[in-house]
Amino acid sequence: MLRLENCVIRNGAFTLRADLDVRPGARVAIIGPSGAGKSTLIEAIAGFLPVAEGRVIWSGMDITDIAPGMRPVAMLFQEDNLFPHLSVAQNVGLGVNPSLRLTTTEHEAVLAAIKRVGLENMDDRKPGELSGGQRSRAALARVLVQRKDLLLLDEPFAALGPALRMEMLDLVADLVEETGATLLMISHAPEDARRIAGHAIMVAEGMAHAPVETDRLLDNPPQVLRDYLG
Amino acid sequence: MVDRTQPVNRVAKSSGTGFSRHVLSAKLGWAVAIAVAAVILGALAAVAWRAESGRGLGPPDWAALRFTVIQASLSAVFSVLLAIPVARALARRRFAGRRVLIALLGAPFILPVIVAVLGLIEVFGRAGWVSAALVTLGLPPVQIYGLHGVVLAHVFFNLPLATRLILQGWQEVPGERFRLAAQLGITGWAMIRVIEWPMLARVVPGVITVIFAICLTSFAVALTLGGGPRATTIELAIYQAFRFDFDLGRAAMLSAVQLGLTVLAGGLALWLSRGDGFGSGLDRPVQRWDGSQRTAKLLDGGWISLAACFLLLPLLAIALAGLPGLMDLPAQVYRAAAISIAVASLSTALLLAMAIPMTAAITLGRGRFVELAGILGLAASPLVIGTGLFIVIRPWSNPLAWALPVTALVNAITVLPFALRILVPRARDVIQRQGKLALSLNITGWPFLRQILLPRMRAQIGFAAGLAAALSMGDLGVITLFANPDVATLPLQVYRLMGAYRMEAAAGAALLLLTLSFGVFWLLDRGGQRHAEA
Repeated sequence: MLRLENCVIRNGAFTLRADLDVRPGARVAIIGPSGAGKSTLIEAIAGFLPVAEGRVIWSGMDITDIAPGMRPVAMLFQEDNLFPHLSVAQNVGLGVNPSLRLTTTEHEAVLAAIKRVGLENMDDRKPGELSGGQRSRAALARVLVQRKDLLLLDEPFAALGPALRMEMLDLVADLVEETGATLLMISHAPEDARRIAGHAIMVAEGMAHAPVETDRLLDNPPQVLRDYLG
Repeated sequence: MVDRTQPVNRVAKSSGTGFSRHVLSAKLGWAVAIAVAAVILGALAAVAWRAESGRGLGPPDWAALRFTVIQASLSAVFSVLLAIPVARALARRRFAGRRVLIALLGAPFILPVIVAVLGLIEVFGRAGWVSAALVTLGLPPVQIYGLHGVVLAHVFFNLPLATRLILQGWQEVPGERFRLAAQLGITGWAMIRVIEWPMLARVVPGVITVIFAICLTSFAVALTLGGGPRATTIELAIYQAFRFDFDLGRAAMLSAVQLGLTVLAGGLALWLSRGDGFGSGLDRPVQRWDGSQRTAKLLDGGWISLAACFLLLPLLAIALAGLPGLMDLPAQVYRAAAISIAVASLSTALLLAMAIPMTAAITLGRGRFVELAGILGLAASPLVIGTGLFIVIRPWSNPLAWALPVTALVNAITVLPFALRILVPRARDVIQRQGKLALSLNITGWPFLRQILLPRMRAQIGFAAGLAAALSMGDLGVITLFANPDVATLPLQVYRLMGAYRMEAAAGAALLLLTLSFGVFWLLDRGGQRHAEA
């Protein structure tokens, strides 16, 4: 279980409060108006922003002060999810070992992950030689080999067209299904949230609310969310 | 996977307000910065300690001070006066070779001074092309030694720099303004008054002070074209106090004067200029609608040709004069070339060992002191640092035995401010764009440096290394203080051949030096650009 216990997160002058639990294996969308603090929430869980008060707990372990790379967290950002000077295999391999010294078994796992996301035989390519969708797939292959318990998505597919975005979200849903990871994803599009996230955290007015069923929230949204959704 | 040893009831927080995760440690950068500052400040302290201030400045010292300021002022004013029409012409004309010419304007930065001086002598010297032309017309030949020779060489080196800086000013004028002026029918003098004069009034004072500051510390030009009681700069006086009188007290005192002068002029230059010597985007001509008359075109063409000739003829002269001698150079030239390659390699390695950790520290935002240490090298001229190091080393060891390592070190310190200017923006960019991703993958410390930062900075590292190697290869400064008769770098060897009036051998060695300097720059710069993804 991921627990944010009386958390106060400060990002410059902005303050976000969060006191909520997320069930292990859940798929949760983070919904809210622009600038409400969705990224702030996710960056605090990933360890990029300090939690000024309160604690972040994963499976009974306090991870509040742990360095981002040591957390049980894999994260995809809005852009720049791959290192442009490294091949697909190297980019994925970094998820196994930061110094890229891989054993034969590890290397095989990397190739298997690349195959799993549909990039077979593209392990030697550089990101510049891939399409937008293929780059997303490569980043997801790395998530696979990272074997982290939590997957955080900060809208990594926002630049893709609608059809491709749906394809990627379905792939994400399949992958977390297979690995049993817990998914938290920021979403601007209600249909994305409905499609793969059973639950949703609403972030608005300086507060991240506990997750509720996505359909219930979107069918009958509170005023602040209604204004945003239009 | 996760370290599960931390109990949940742990309350103590390691961080209060200073929460910042970093992919690299700033410690090494700090250590290097302290070492750099220690070398420079230690050398300056030694100078201050040995300076015999009680003795005051004698008449020759005052003459040197006066000459230094006069030649630097004249050099700065002439460089800028000539650069204005050239930059204006370059800004508004498009022609084949424009890009090459503008790139060439950056070349004097890595052109060995001694090579340029020899080239200028071939063209403007007593036996040079200009004199030959004058003699056939029944006029007396020109003389290059003395004040006007020093100024000529300084203009040769700084006209390109001034042109680049002023060209940048022109290109920063918003295109809309030229469009509006065209719309209103503003041309000629009105155009100059409304648009160009305000720009020049903003840019030119900075450029003049920058070049003034550069010419204050120029040593090799004064060494080769100056000299004598009427054309000795302070730097040259330091050298003479050292080599001829071995009067360390006087050398140290002159060094202190030089330091004060440099700091004053450097501060003024920093204050007056937004200083961006490596301005990019100079390739794009300014879209203008005036100056389409034939006279304007001819005038612009004339200025560009004149500047190109002035810059290219001396290099051509060296090539022509050097080629015959290149095949049978004296053996000591080859030995000097080998020594120069070794010094340049060591200097480049030292530079990178200093610049990369300092870049990391500055990029992580903990580098105020590191940044300061990085520009300290601009305050003290190489000869002053050399004097200080000589004083420091002397009680322990024979300074002459340290000639080559000291030369390499001082060269590296000289290039350090420029290297940081090249490296830091790129490192910022990489860490900003990929720092979080690296952190989230736990790629920190050495793996981050090796896998991410250094590969992503290849092009910039190659450029900085190329500058360091070329400058060190062509440097004729500190080595003159420390050199003994058995050891010479290639520039020093060229100077010695000149002094022995073996002009053909000197020209051949100079051509070799030119090839080595540009070659090593090209090699490192190109090497960095290969496989460098955006």
